[in-house]
Formats: sequence, structure tokens, C-alpha cells
Amino acid sequence: MSEIISFHLDGQAHSQELDPNAKLLYTIRNDCDAKEVRFGCGAGNCGACTVLIDGMPEQSCTVPNWAVADKKVTTAAGLKEDAIGKLVLDAFIEEQAAQCGFCINGILMSVTALLKKTTKPNKEQINESLNRHLCRCGTHLRILRAIDRVIHQLSTS
Amino acid sequence: MSQNIKNALPTSLQANPLLGSWIQFGANNTLRVLSGKVEIGQGINASLKKIATLQLGLNPAQLDFIAGDTQICPDEWYTAGSQSIEVGGHSLAFACKHFRSFFEAAAAKALSCKESDLILSNGIFSFKGQSISYFDLQKSVEYKTFQLDQAWTGESFSLKGEKSSVDGFARDDLHEKIGGKGFIQDLVLPDMVHARILRGPHAHAVADDWHLDKLKMLVGVDQVFVSGQFVALISLNESALVTAYEKAQTLITWRIKSVLPQEKGMEEFLTGLPSVRSEPIVEGTPKQGSVKHVARYSRPYIAHASISPSCALAMPTEDDSLSVWSHTQGPHKLRDQLALALNMPAPKVRVIHVSGPGCYGHNGADDVAFDAAFLAQELQRPVRVQWMRSDEMSAGPVGAASLVELDASLDDSGSIVSWDATVWSHTHIARPGWGEGINLLGAWSTAKPVPEPKPVDMFLPAGGGLRNIKPYYDLPSLKVKHHFISESPVRVSALRSLGAYANTFAIESFMDELAELSNQDPIAFRLKHQSDQRARDVLEKAAQMSNWKAYRQELSEAQDGRGLGIGFGRYKNKSAFCAVVIEVEVAESVKVNKVWMAVDAGEIVHFDALLNQVEGGIIQALSWSLKEEVHWNEVGSTTISWDDYPILNFDEVPAVEIELIDRPGEPGLGSGELAAGPIAAALANAVTHALQMRPRHLPFTPDRLSKMIMDSN
Repeated sequence: MSEIISFHLDGQAHSQELDPNAKLLYTIRNDCDAKEVRFGCGAGNCGACTVLIDGMPEQSCTVPNWAVADKKVTTAAGLKEDAIGKLVLDAFIEEQAAQCGFCINGILMSVTALLKKTTKPNKEQINESLNRHLCRCGTHLRILRAIDRVIHQLSTS
Repeated sequence: MSQNIKNALPTSLQANPLLGSWIQFGANNTLRVLSGKVEIGQGINASLKKIATLQLGLNPAQLDFIAGDTQICPDEWYTAGSQSIEVGGHSLAFACKHFRSFFEAAAAKALSCKESDLILSNGIFSFKGQSISYFDLQKSVEYKTFQLDQAWTGESFSLKGEKSSVDGFARDDLHEKIGGKGFIQDLVLPDMVHARILRGPHAHAVADDWHLDKLKMLVGVDQVFVSGQFVALISLNESALVTAYEKAQTLITWRIKSVLPQEKGMEEFLTGLPSVRSEPIVEGTPKQGSVKHVARYSRPYIAHASISPSCALAMPTEDDSLSVWSHTQGPHKLRDQLALALNMPAPKVRVIHVSGPGCYGHNGADDVAFDAAFLAQELQRPVRVQWMRSDEMSAGPVGAASLVELDASLDDSGSIVSWDATVWSHTHIARPGWGEGINLLGAWSTAKPVPEPKPVDMFLPAGGGLRNIKPYYDLPSLKVKHHFISESPVRVSALRSLGAYANTFAIESFMDELAELSNQDPIAFRLKHQSDQRARDVLEKAAQMSNWKAYRQELSEAQDGRGLGIGFGRYKNKSAFCAVVIEVEVAESVKVNKVWMAVDAGEIVHFDALLNQVEGGIIQALSWSLKEEVHWNEVGSTTISWDDYPILNFDEVPAVEIELIDRPGEPGLGSGELAAGPIAAALANAVTHALQMRPRHLPFTPDRLSKMIMDSN
């Protein structure tokens, strides 16, 4: 029941024999051996596994492989290649916006998607984007500061 | 302010007295510094590395820091109880200081000068243009067998060294973690199989029929491993295994012997359970007061709810040995417990600590390590076990519920003259290696099961259920009674701050009630009973930050649903000081607008790491106090997913202002647990100010608040 599915992962073409109904999370982590995507709940509730699919944030634990055929999938590894993604990555490090860091990779994806859509998001837009994500350590304040840092950089550059 | 008290020998130095067990020479001109305190999401590595780098006069790149490998690192018990700076940091600093002294002496001799004339930088000692490094002196200095415990004089010393403002101590693990290499979940062993253990909604759930024929037929399952009630699905393909696991769960009917039903509120529930009363603690002589007051407060069972469930890997190695990778808090304790459970000599088991998702106490990390170790031994191949979310929420331990009754009286001048406290609670610590027996879930259910140990709580002064039950105020008398409840409806063990969360919440709520009864300002009432200047300082700082008097008056007059409340605590009555003011706005639910917190954790070792811990402590305690409660029914936990167990969201996060009071020369104190109790209390006091009605039972959910309002009408 497996079939060849082709997609781009962080700029690299992948063409693999995959179970079309298996979840993208495991395909990325195990078949593509890219561990930047994290298993948190497996039910689309926590956001730890968020990736960008053609630029849109999606929880990869609920996305079947067939849904990414011929699409571009981006993980935290791919952010370095993106101007805004790079700013977001750097801002999180500058603000030391992590405790355990397990939720961060998913959050980086949603924040990048948001800031690519609008460089001046309002509070509601930021909350809407982040409310798909859970952080248990309570790093929220730092994450918000990191986002503010990028917004400020984008407004002055 | 410096103390003349002789500090006791840290337990870590007592257990690892030889200097060579802390510092060795590493490869490529590095010093290898070893620690038993591990990175559990609190950022401790950055602080320990800063201590070692500054004490040894190195640059950060010359430090090869390794923590939590039982083969090479010192045994420092658990990374718990906010002890990583207090015990781990001080021990490491002391070892580094002596290591440096040895080499300073050798360098002075080599350069024909006095030790005090030497300048040490980048690992090089220099004097008048001549220099010699640690590495040059490596072979000529005998230091390894130096006995640190014999050298202990008990003096306080600075952890920071001379150059406390040196930069370059940001966390270096974040790049790896974001890069997909830093977590235990990212490890891959050659030829490893994946395993999922079939577990029900309770740690003690069993199945009468495993439907083994059907399990074996499931697509993706390569093997079904059965040992008693320990049943694992094994596969090379994790994705297929997870699908099979979900199907398997629909085949099995779970049962537990008996679980006490959750029909009543926590107060009736806990007092209805059989308990053992210990001899009361009595201090001072109570006086007769003119105003008497009694109140009861409770907290529920609270889940760790880490962002990922626990994971472990294990691999049989040469000579019948076993390597286990774990995000445990106590690598050496886990090693000893695994060895006991697997009937192996301890030296044959090596536990290697690897970072996991955020750890706030005894979660499933040790249990899953047993699962992986047991399977690796039985299958004689590398195994990776990733618990599912429901495993972590229902089979893993949760924080114990507690009920606290306080009974005090005031004299005519509004001073407290008697104070009685009674606590009903379970054990707050059931870690592997605590007490007798083997505290590893899987070991209780194999074909050769070991009995689950009887629960034993931690005694005061540290205390488990009684942690912080003695108010940190000047009281003429005190009585503490403890009802220890062995039986619990869900499995309980250590969660961040143990009993201090409930006890501080109760004490600080009660202080407000007493202030109210005697018409005194809550902060003034606290200061009236507080002679410790450091405690007074955080209280006064929090009052100043929040413009307490004027702002509280303003909110009292506004009567628009807003309220301001104070909470104070000194963690374990011997550690960090914290005072916090919270502003809430109460409508259908409690919205926290602002938090002002003042913290004194002694000499600040790493400013940003301390701030990060305090910020996280605030947010997590708000989440516990506003939302969190484990529920159960006759088959086990019913809060097994994020749908059933919500935590604080980004749009619920308040503005937070923090002042860290630095105390150079005072011992650096742990900060991970200081906020929990004060936050719950400040929240309760703020809600009371807003509603003129007091919530005494956590969490303050909309349902509970509306019931309180209905009951009062």
C-alpha cells in the first residue's frame, strides 16, 4: 500500500516510497532523518510538531504523507535560508527564549509564517498564531519578547 | 549581612570527596569538569559552566563540561529541590578553587614568584612576561586524591570569582536543540527497534485478556513481547507501530482493583481517607487571643504535563553490560534501581543523561528507562521506548493533593499569639531510590514482579507534604499536625515545590484573612511579624513596584472587578525569598493583568538564568492555580490529553515585572520552586480583593468561582 511520494523538505527534493496515510511527523523524523520536528502529543493539540507546508503552519502529527505530495515542507532547519526565518531564529537565541526548548521549534515555524504574512502583527494576530502552541516551562514572556525584537528589526530595516 | 554561620559540608562533596572526581584534563587543552546535576530544562548547565570557567580562570572554549554520566561523573543524588546551585554549584566551585590552588602553587614555583603575583587568564598563569598553563603543568601536579571534605572550612565564598561580569555564558545547548540534536528523542542507535508499552488509564490498570493473537496480527507489529502484565509492541517502523498501538488500545479492557471515587470536593475527599497521625510538632507556648480564626485550603492532584512524554533508549554492551540513555533527574539512583530490578551488578549498568522535555519533578523518565532497559536485556538488542501522551498523564506520577487547616488567634494589638496547622496529604516523594524497594512502574508488572514500595514522605526540615508549613514569620507559638494518607486514587510523587505550594498558599491566604479581621493592611501586617531583613526587603520591594497602598486603594474604590493581592514565601524557610503582588480582573473567569515580583536568591550566579527560572515559575504557577486539576473515575485518570487538561495559553499571559535583589557574598540559592506558593496566594488574595469573597480551594476555575458565588447567595 505504499507509493512514491515526492516533496521538498527544507529545499531538498525527497522522493520516497511511503505509506500515504502515515503521518508526516514520522516521515520527516525517521524516513528523512530530520529531527528538527518534535513529537509532543500526536493529536494536533500542542504544536510541537508544527512545520510549514507551502508556507502555512500545520501540525505534522496529523498531516498524512499524501497531503504533502509536490509541496514544500519547511522545518526549523530551513529557516536559516529564509530572511525572516533567520531573524526569528536569531531573536530566539538573543532573548534566550527557551527553557527546555522542546516547544520552540514548532513556535519558530508559526512565528515565521506570521511575520512573513505581516511584518506588523497586532496582539490578536500574535495570540492567534501562538495559541496553537503550548509551552509548559512558562517561556511565554521571552517568546513574546523575541517576537517584539523581530518586529522592531523589521520596522527599522 | 554576611553570615557567620559555618556552612555544612555539601552532600555532594561528602559523597564525592576526591578532587579528581570533579576535574580532570580533557582532550585538546581543555579541562574536563564533571557534575552530577543535570540539565532538565532549567538551564543549569550555563550556570555551572560559568562557575567553573570563572573559578578556574579559563575561557569558555577550554571547558569540557559533562554531567550525569554514571561512568564518569560524581553522584549528586537527584537534580531536585532547587539544590543545583546551593549544593551542586557550591561543591563545584569549591573543587575548582582547590584545583586552581594546586596549579597556582606549581606555577608560582615554576615562575619563581609568589602565588599572589600571578595573573590567571585563559588557563595561563603569568608573571612579568613569563607564563605557564594548566596544561604545561598537567604531569607535574598531583591533585586527584586530594580530599575536599577534609579541606572544608565552612566559610561562605563567592561563586562568581573575580570577573562576575564576563560575558559568554549564554546557553550553548539551544543551538543543538533547535538543530534537532539536543534531545533524547533525537538519539538513534544502530539496529534499534521501537517499542510501545500497552498501559491503561491508571498506573495499576491490568488487562484480563490481552488478545495476543489479534495484537500479533496488527500491521506494523514485528513482535509482541509479554512478561506478566508487561506487554510491549515492537517494530522497526515507528510510524506503523503508533498506528498499531492505537488499534491495540481499542482491543483491551482495562481494570483496576479499586479506586476511590471522585465525587466530593478535595476537602471531604482527603479527610475521608484513612490516615496516620504523627506526633504534633509544638514550638513555644500559645497565648490566649481575643480574635480567633480557622480556615481550610486545598490543592488538587496536578500533572507534570511536560510538553513531550518521556523517552529512553537502552543497548546491551560487551561483558553483559547495559547502557541506558535517560532524561532522569537522578542518573546514579536510576542506575542502582535498574541494577536491582534487572538483577545486575550496578557497575554493569551505565546511565547516561540526555536532555529531555521540561522536567518539574518525578515524571515518567525513570519508568520509561526501565521499560527500555528491560526490553533491551530481554531482546538483547538496542531499544527505544517513547511513551505516549496518555502514558505520561495516567501511568506516570502526578503531584499530590493536599488539605491545610489553619487556626490562629490575635491579641488586641493585632499580633498573632497562636498558630496551629494541620495537613492532610500523601507522600510528595516516591522517586526511585527514595526509601526502600524499587520505584519503577514496569518492574511491578513483569512476570517476576517486585512489590511497589510503601509510600514514605520526606520529614521536616525539608519536608514533603509539610514543606513550608511553618510560617516564616515571628510567631510566639506553633503547632503542626500531620495526617499522612498512604492511599491515593492516582499515583503520586514529587512535583515542583512539593507541599510548599499548598502550604504557602494556605499561610499567605490566612495572613490576609487575619489582617482583614484586625483591620490591618496585608503588607503592613506581614512586616509587623517579620524581623528578617531580607524578607522585609522583598516585601517592601514588591509593595514599591506595585505602588501597593495607592493602587490598592484605587482599585478598592473603583469596584470594577479588579483586585490586588500579595503573597510571600521563603522556600523551605531556608532558601530564596520571594514576594509578589498580582492584579486580577474577575468577570466570568480570573484574568491576571500584572505580576510584580521581588526575589532574593542570594548572590546571583547567572542573571539571565535566574530570571528565566523566575519567569517560568510564575507562569507555571499561574497555570496550576487557574486551571489545573487531575480528574479520575473508576478505571483511572480521565485527564489524559491536552483537551482534558488545559494549561495557560499565550493570550492569558500577564505583564510581568521582576526585581532580582543581588546579595554578593551570600550563598547563591536555588530558584526553580520559589514562585509556586506565593503566586497561588497572591492570586487568591487578589481575587478576594476583587470579589470580597475568598476562594480557598485551588484551582480558581470559572466553575469553582461561580459555585462559590452561588453558595454565598
